[in-house]
Amino acid sequence: MIPHKTDDIPHVSTDLLLKDLLGRWRARWGIGRMHYTIEPGLYAVGTPDEQSPVFASANYRMSFDILRSSLKGLDGYILVLDTQGINVWCAAGKGTFGTFELATRLLTCGLPDIVTHRRIIVPQLGAPGVNALEIRKMTDFTVVYGPVRAEDIPAFIENGMEATPTMRAVTFTLSERAALIPMELVPATKYAVPAALALLLLSGVHITGFAPERIVHGGVINMAFAVIATACGAAGVPLFLPLLPGKMFFVKGIWLGTVLDLAVLMAHRSHFPYLPEAWQLAAWMFVIPAATGYLAMNFTGATPYTSQSGVQHEMKIALPLLGAMGAVGAILWIASLFI
Amino acid sequence: MKDYRYLANVTTLELRTEACTGCGMCVTVCPHGVFRIIEAKAVMVDRDACMECGACARNCPANAVTVQSGVGCASGIMKGMLRGTAPTCDCDGTGCC
Repeated sequence: MIPHKTDDIPHVSTDLLLKDLLGRWRARWGIGRMHYTIEPGLYAVGTPDEQSPVFASANYRMSFDILRSSLKGLDGYILVLDTQGINVWCAAGKGTFGTFELATRLLTCGLPDIVTHRRIIVPQLGAPGVNALEIRKMTDFTVVYGPVRAEDIPAFIENGMEATPTMRAVTFTLSERAALIPMELVPATKYAVPAALALLLLSGVHITGFAPERIVHGGVINMAFAVIATACGAAGVPLFLPLLPGKMFFVKGIWLGTVLDLAVLMAHRSHFPYLPEAWQLAAWMFVIPAATGYLAMNFTGATPYTSQSGVQHEMKIALPLLGAMGAVGAILWIASLFI
Repeated sequence: MKDYRYLANVTTLELRTEACTGCGMCVTVCPHGVFRIIEAKAVMVDRDACMECGACARNCPANAVTVQSGVGCASGIMKGMLRGTAPTCDCDGTGCC
């Protein structure tokens, strides 16, 4: 194995440019998400030498950018693992940010010839995939689990590579939750938009014949309800999570939907020109909470604290209940075509 | 996380105290403070905070900790239900990760 000369190791800055921030924004919206990667391998930050620390990262560009921007003023190496463009924690769960990849990447990059120490700093959230003892057996390197958040790395190092309990705890702050909203909204619109358009057209249908003016009046309102339920469910659940009652997420979603129902009723209270519209309104009273309940249940996949067992338990109750609510709503809505 | 509690009594996390060597790896890697070392042995001080990430089981050198970790998102579980398999996200590149 030919050892790398230090000059061969690509150097990266600790500054984030506008294009990095734009790239991060696009990734949050799922635009070109799976191409937002970098080449696995070894990178240098600052002016490292053979005593400088080595940090492991994923080849998701966002992970890499967060790490390097947290290393301002430090000299070190970043060992980027091939996680197929997935972030550290998810990849660790999947096994790609794993013992085998870390060991082989470390060795094939020639790290033993580049640093004289035998320590590799692995993000704590890589632990689900990395067996520290195995890494030592395979590479002679000791895994030092760094803090959860890269921004705590300078303090961690100053503290003699010791983490405080706060550094080891995962959080779910408002801005962390808000960052997830685009990836709740975008997949939901794939269903909401066709459903809204279908409702728009169906609103013109009636047992007495197709009536375009009903589309203009009732149809637009139906479409608005579909859009509002989806947007409020996808954005409202993440935003108001700690305020929504209930431990199970679908319950939180139903609460949110019920609040929306009340708002809809208030807006409509002096306004029932067509009897079919009253039946459709009744339908929406069931469909809105069913939709927000379902969206809330799906949000479990994006949180840092729900468990597989808990979600399975929740779904056994949620799916039949939400299905029943949706069915009642559908029946009422279809009945409106015959009134 | 003090402010966020999910469901109680559902986790598959198990600790065999007799096998535990008190090394503290579980305390280091757990993102929710489930474990503490008390009198040289790991203790699950907050078992219901467990999210089944598997970090503890992966890193226990004594194999004293077990947990069923896997895809925990609702859509992954549903995919598994429809196919009759374990929960799977089989990332098709829509990038929910």
